[in-house]
Amino acid sequence: MLEIEIDGTKLTVPNGTTVIEAARSIGTHIPHFCYHKKLSIAANCRMCLVQVEKAPKPLPACATPVNDGMKVFTHSDMAVKAQQGVMEFLLINHPLDCPICDQGGECQLQDLAVGYGASSSRYEEEKRVVPNKDLGPLISTDMTRCIHCTRCVRFTEEVAGMQEIGMAGRGEHSEIMSFIGMTVDSEISGNVIDLCPVGALTSKPFRYTARTWELSRRKSVSPHDGLGSNLVVQVKSDRVMRVLPLENEAINECWIADRDRFSYEALNSEQRLTKPMLKQGGQWIETDWQTALEYVGNGLKSISNEFGAQSLAVLATPHSSVEELFLLNKLSTALGAGAASFGTRYADARLAPAQQGASWLGQPIADIAAAKAVLLIGSTVRKEQPLLAQRLRQAVKRGLKLSLINPMDDELFTTVSNKLIVRPDQLVEALAGVVKAAAELKQQAVPAELANAVVSDAARAIAEQLLAATANEGDRAALLLGNLAAHSPRAAEIASLAAQLAELTGATLGWMSEAANTVGAQVLGLQASNALTQSCKAVLLFNTELEFDSHDAQAALAVAKQAEMVVAFSAFKHGALDYADVLLPITPFSETAGSFINMEGKLQAFNGVVKPLGDSRPGWKVLRVLGNLLGLEGFDFDNAEAVRKAALPQGEAGIAAKLSNAVQGVSIQLQAPSAGLVRLGEVPIYQADALVRRAPSLQKTRDAVAPQVGLSAATAQQLGVQAGERVQVSQGDAHASFQVALDAGLADGVVRLAVAHPDTVVLGAMFAPIQLTRA
Amino acid sequence: MTVYVKGVVFDGVDFDDPNSWNIDAYIQRGGYAALKKIIAEGISQDAIIAELKTSSLRGRGGAGFPTGLKWSFMPRSFPGQKYLVCNTDEGEPGTFKDLDIIVNNPHALIEGMIIGGYAMGISVGYNYIHGEVFAAYERFEAALEEARRAGFLGDKILGSDFSFQLHAHHGYGAYICGEETALLESLEGKKGQPRFKPPFPASFGLYGKPTTINNTETFASVPYIIREGGQKFLELGKPNNGGTKLFSVSGHVNRPGNFEIPLGTPFSELLEMAGGMRGGKKLKAVIPGGSSAPVLPGHIMMETTMDYDAIAKAGSMLGSGAVIVMDETVCMVKALRRLSYFYYEESCGQCTPCREGTGWLYRVVDRIERGLGRPEDLELLESVGKNIAGRTICALGDAAVMPVQGMLKHFRDEFLHHIEHKKCIVPGY
Repeated sequence: MLEIEIDGTKLTVPNGTTVIEAARSIGTHIPHFCYHKKLSIAANCRMCLVQVEKAPKPLPACATPVNDGMKVFTHSDMAVKAQQGVMEFLLINHPLDCPICDQGGECQLQDLAVGYGASSSRYEEEKRVVPNKDLGPLISTDMTRCIHCTRCVRFTEEVAGMQEIGMAGRGEHSEIMSFIGMTVDSEISGNVIDLCPVGALTSKPFRYTARTWELSRRKSVSPHDGLGSNLVVQVKSDRVMRVLPLENEAINECWIADRDRFSYEALNSEQRLTKPMLKQGGQWIETDWQTALEYVGNGLKSISNEFGAQSLAVLATPHSSVEELFLLNKLSTALGAGAASFGTRYADARLAPAQQGASWLGQPIADIAAAKAVLLIGSTVRKEQPLLAQRLRQAVKRGLKLSLINPMDDELFTTVSNKLIVRPDQLVEALAGVVKAAAELKQQAVPAELANAVVSDAARAIAEQLLAATANEGDRAALLLGNLAAHSPRAAEIASLAAQLAELTGATLGWMSEAANTVGAQVLGLQASNALTQSCKAVLLFNTELEFDSHDAQAALAVAKQAEMVVAFSAFKHGALDYADVLLPITPFSETAGSFINMEGKLQAFNGVVKPLGDSRPGWKVLRVLGNLLGLEGFDFDNAEAVRKAALPQGEAGIAAKLSNAVQGVSIQLQAPSAGLVRLGEVPIYQADALVRRAPSLQKTRDAVAPQVGLSAATAQQLGVQAGERVQVSQGDAHASFQVALDAGLADGVVRLAVAHPDTVVLGAMFAPIQLTRA
Repeated sequence: MTVYVKGVVFDGVDFDDPNSWNIDAYIQRGGYAALKKIIAEGISQDAIIAELKTSSLRGRGGAGFPTGLKWSFMPRSFPGQKYLVCNTDEGEPGTFKDLDIIVNNPHALIEGMIIGGYAMGISVGYNYIHGEVFAAYERFEAALEEARRAGFLGDKILGSDFSFQLHAHHGYGAYICGEETALLESLEGKKGQPRFKPPFPASFGLYGKPTTINNTETFASVPYIIREGGQKFLELGKPNNGGTKLFSVSGHVNRPGNFEIPLGTPFSELLEMAGGMRGGKKLKAVIPGGSSAPVLPGHIMMETTMDYDAIAKAGSMLGSGAVIVMDETVCMVKALRRLSYFYYEESCGQCTPCREGTGWLYRVVDRIERGLGRPEDLELLESVGKNIAGRTICALGDAAVMPVQGMLKHFRDEFLHHIEHKKCIVPGY
């Protein structure tokens, strides 16, 4: 600990503290632009110059480490003159176009210019003009305003993992730009908008729509991935205008992913369903709530009487709130249909019965970064969990060893120590090899089921690394399962082997939950299995779009089309127009109170930030009325808090008691690799849920381009096809044609073709056999 | 044109012999004797550094930092890789001495670097050579190959346990890459921008490893010091200013060129060696240490000796030893305009005061030169200069300001005349 003095105040700070941090700890603000606590020190803006006793020149507070006995003066004549001098330089070439700048009112340069700038300029020469850059559909540029702090440059390199922005040119001609002809394509790129201290980088979708002082700020929680990023939703005239991060170091730090930031565009989409609709005589008509709900009530009763309650399937997406899922599950159970399902993307019926609790991350989110080793199993982690991938990237820099068992070798922009890249139908065998290696290394008996497992060098290296990581008391390792594991037709075997590996190595097992409320759905008793069967006669779809949210879109649609009645609770008019009989307009997360339980088991409640659009109503209210209409007990709630209380009577403690990644009673049956082609069908990042699908700006990003067929070079050669060629792919009777793209990260025999995309919904299951012929 | 009087760097070099640069000629005039002596006698690292301290050799790149002291900063017991880097970037306007060394006596530099590697326990070195010189670069590569073949460079030098690899690296011509940390960035393949210091290269240098960087002339002086002794070197010059120094004399003299003379030689003698003033014109001013050094009026220079301390006392700096001589026909406003334009164009753009301030300085000087100056402009120049100097990441900011300050200090009248009369005080301009 070092004793120092700042502006006469004595304080004690740890070794290695910089002057700016020390000052902040006692509430002294030192003006700055380039400094950011999450980025490396650049010391280039020079705004934070302060006087340090015995130093002949003013020193940058951001880059000057504290010495014992140091005396710092942040407001002395020397310090203030230096700061004023820098401010003058920053302003001479700045356009001072605040009245037409989107950053106006929330601009660090504007704020500090009030404190350190002069009222008129001594600079009377020509000002610099810098051409704008095309950074893609999300980030708008006004580069003449740029003050070259390089925060955006450092963000892309250090946080997003790949330097997509750089400073080209020299001196006054320096320009911040992307690589020539390239845009900024990171899945967390929007954070540079927040980082930019001036109006050089602003939000393209938000551009010129509102001024910051017109907006009210309301807290909310992201409805996308399982992280549960905290949001500030900004509202004007009862309309969501933009979304910014709410800092929460334990969850999203100061970042949000692009889908958290830009999916709000869908809230005001023309596809919003604003009135209940009934299909009569093949025609959709708008109706009132009373008529629609009576129609649903009567339909449910008559189908139940005719075909039995088991003919009813109740499906929800895990993007729905605790309150909605609780009442939906209650309704399903009360109607005799059993628990509702959130598992339309799941394919292994053995998984749900084997799981001993709600599967979760197994540890707090922040703890992952403190692990010594992490093994990722079946995850396109950058696309599934953009911010968790970012945390792992930072942790690798601090020494975490990251390994993978995956069906593809996508760029993670970090160092991967060991990897097993296999066909999606061989994840079990790959994992079995690691389990066997760990058992051998620990000199324990190899389970009989795994006797024939093949231990590759990489498998042994992964096992060694996990054991080494947990060798010392207090050191931790983690196994993290992703969506590709969860959606696998062999998910139960993967879960069981992962649990065995965790047991053998002392690593913590966790699931990186797919959606905002995947953990909540399980805690509430919904089933992680696909409830659609050919015997379904009535289907209730809650936020579910069968064509996008199913493991096998065609099979699901076939069930829906033969059913007597399909009811879609949805915020949007979607594909159900083809197969549903009733559309009930429920509100998205922004128009209702609710709560989600994130991957670490944390319950986060939020309030509606705007009024429901049109005649749409919060889902929990609709379910309440429907329950009462059907004469069911226990559907009387006054508000969302009351529903939450009934859903989670023991609150946080009750949730914690239900979390478990234990798996029982799954037998492992190792299979030889099949000779045929197998599909690798992941859900694209901007097709994952109803909101992102309808956010126009996200749909213009490179992550949203039309799917191509990915093949290894060897497989392409074997099939006699070339990159860029169109090929016909078939699953069962379904066909579609796509362009071939070579993907060096694929095992041979793998046909990578995304699911959940309008171009691919005509095809079949995610990880099923697939045929490919030249078109 | 190169002339040496009491040569250290060019000791024994015959500038009329096209083969004088090669290894045979170098060995014949006593080259590699210092290295052989070190290896044969097993001279300790400490003894070498002590000899350098005795010699009072100071860095010849511009800053004049004592070389022995710099070498002693290197953590000799550091367990990982360390690097030795030679700065042959030589971008300072007026300076052309290092080029002459790698063309005419490259082995002196190579031997000096090998001795440096030995003294600091370093096994890998790089010579970063300025971007726009091609034949010189090839000459240095040829010399390296000779040294390798002769067993002076590479694994197990002269049968000892000491190994040293030396590589040449061609820069791209940016002035800023002569700044040692920008040079390291450039050497690593990145954009040449100075690093914030501390940490200094001795602890965090090339690829983050401890690194010592010296100028070409500094390294090329080392073999002589080891061979002849530090005391002898010191006595060539004067106390605290040991040895000889290369001066690149340019401008309005009859015989511009490099002159290797003992430190402490009167400027008047150097001017004499350079053939005196061209056309018999009157000496007006001298920039004594490269374009970043403040200009000094001729009469002050004529009373000054050429060494670090005397020039500092006169109000400028010895710098890289580039002596720019100006006669009475020079318009100082125009001269400053050209100098300021250089710094404006060569600022790396990283930090605010230099990026924004160098352009401001240039534009104001340019305006004065074009007859559009205002009476308050001189105070403005001084004030902008003050806001740049000492507030930047590297010394380029200071370098841009010093010519302005020097000119305004000694030739303020000329600037005022320009502003008042919208034309130059010097006839013909």
